[in-house]
Amino acid sequence: MDMSKDLVAASATPLVLAILAEGDSYGYAIIKRVAELSGGRLQWTDGMLYPVLHRLERQGHVAAKWSSAENGRRRKYYRITKEGREHLAAQRQQWQVVDGTLRGIWMKACMA
Amino acid sequence: MTTFTDQPLEEQIAQWRAYVRRRQALNRPDVEELEGHLRDQLAALIETGLAADEAFLVAVKRMGNLDALSREFALAHSERLWKQLVLTPDDADKPAKTTRAETIVVLILAVAAALAFKTPAVFGDRLDGEEMFYARNASMFVMPLLALYFLWKRGSGVVSGLWLALPFVVGAIFANIFPFRKGSDTEMLMVLHLPIALWLAVGFAYVRNRWFADGGRMNFVRFSGELFIYYVLIALGGGVFTGFTLIMFKAIGMKVEWLAQDWLVPCGAMGAVIIASWLVEAKQSVIENMAPVLTRLFTPLFTVLLLVFLATMAWTGRPINVQREVLIAFDLLLVLVVGLVLYAASARDPQAPPDFFDGLQLLLVISALAADGMALAAIAARISEFGFTPNRVAALGENLILLVNLAWSAWLYARFLLRRGSFAALERWQVAYLPVYSVWAAVVVVLFPPVFGYR
Repeated sequence: MDMSKDLVAASATPLVLAILAEGDSYGYAIIKRVAELSGGRLQWTDGMLYPVLHRLERQGHVAAKWSSAENGRRRKYYRITKEGREHLAAQRQQWQVVDGTLRGIWMKACMA
Repeated sequence: MTTFTDQPLEEQIAQWRAYVRRRQALNRPDVEELEGHLRDQLAALIETGLAADEAFLVAVKRMGNLDALSREFALAHSERLWKQLVLTPDDADKPAKTTRAETIVVLILAVAAALAFKTPAVFGDRLDGEEMFYARNASMFVMPLLALYFLWKRGSGVVSGLWLALPFVVGAIFANIFPFRKGSDTEMLMVLHLPIALWLAVGFAYVRNRWFADGGRMNFVRFSGELFIYYVLIALGGGVFTGFTLIMFKAIGMKVEWLAQDWLVPCGAMGAVIIASWLVEAKQSVIENMAPVLTRLFTPLFTVLLLVFLATMAWTGRPINVQREVLIAFDLLLVLVVGLVLYAASARDPQAPPDFFDGLQLLLVISALAADGMALAAIAARISEFGFTPNRVAALGENLILLVNLAWSAWLYARFLLRRGSFAALERWQVAYLPVYSVWAAVVVVLFPPVFGYR
């Protein structure tokens, strides 16, 4: 599905935080998880995830650590912080309001 | 994370890496992270049965447009944008025209600033206490024009321009309505504090509407530091120029001191603010920032000075000799230390792990706090003897504000060094604190004169 850029950008933060709330992860695995959760309907441009992660790191919502994987290469793992969880909870409430409102109006449209 | 046995594929990856590395908004670890992603993607695609070169095409395509990507990286890491100014392709097609237009606008504004300084003389040559009039209004001549430059440069609308005019108008009113006596302390305090209060308005013009957005305030801090350095350099050049003017006319027996005093120095000082700002804006891409370099240089020296000072005091048992200037001296010391912390933070990659220099910064902050604590204790012990004069209240207020900043910075530094907190927290604290200075300066400007009876 072709989603509007703004919507993708706005939903990226809660999505990434929610995925990290399930457990520590790294970029590629997060992208895969997004595809999996959305049944492939939510497609991100892969690279764009990283600026989002770095911004979250800078804001203190996630913490990052390089750890070496097999054959000498390193991988950057991300972990959600306490502030990140609080931010996620706040975002969740906001999205629920939006979701509930839209649902309400579309239900009415269905009945009419 | 996979290494491939397929040699051509490894070569393709190496080429891609070299290409991505040329992007200045991405640093080495970023590229490494992206490469790891690319390799994971490749491995997964090859697993599904794609040939290596097909997989490479798909993986690179999925990574996305590199221009758009580096723009996003630049936004997330604005300190890199500042250092190496990635001109986004958005405005790549019209650089020549804008540069020329900017030069003209800057020259007009610089001349306007110089002339603004001379206009009051046209109307009220016989004003009493003329020097103090100019001193009180010094920021009025140039700062609104500087704000105008940024409004023009950032393409801000008329409405935000009018909002920004408000602090200047209010400042101008307060600078001129109070009935100060001759040689009044509160008047001098106003002269010193009004520019600090109004600098915040310039900051709003500088960052446009990105005051709270990523790095907006930190960029303004960087700008202020570089502006100061450029201004000092231009002032040095201006001094040489003025000297030559005097000497050469003296050679033919003419005294042109009036020219230097009434025109060259004041008009140059005003115009130079605009020119220096423009240089900072234009050259931020060309040279390495100076303020962080000076910070690196002087942090160790000041740390040593403070430690030796504290040790000497402990060793000899000499108390701080409380005189008029002591409080001001320690205020200046704290300003300096806050400056060192601020500019060290401005140049630091917030994601880098703590290093030796961070430890040194913490030591500097703690020793400054200790020295200031001693001074305050000495002053507090004798405060009743002194009474509250405007100068002393202003100095005490400033000391308190800086002390709070440094104490919390020390706490955040310590947490960062113990890996309990991030450097970003310290950076956020520093930029969040910026308006406090201006608000206090505004209090000194607006409330002090009436409260202390204009003395």
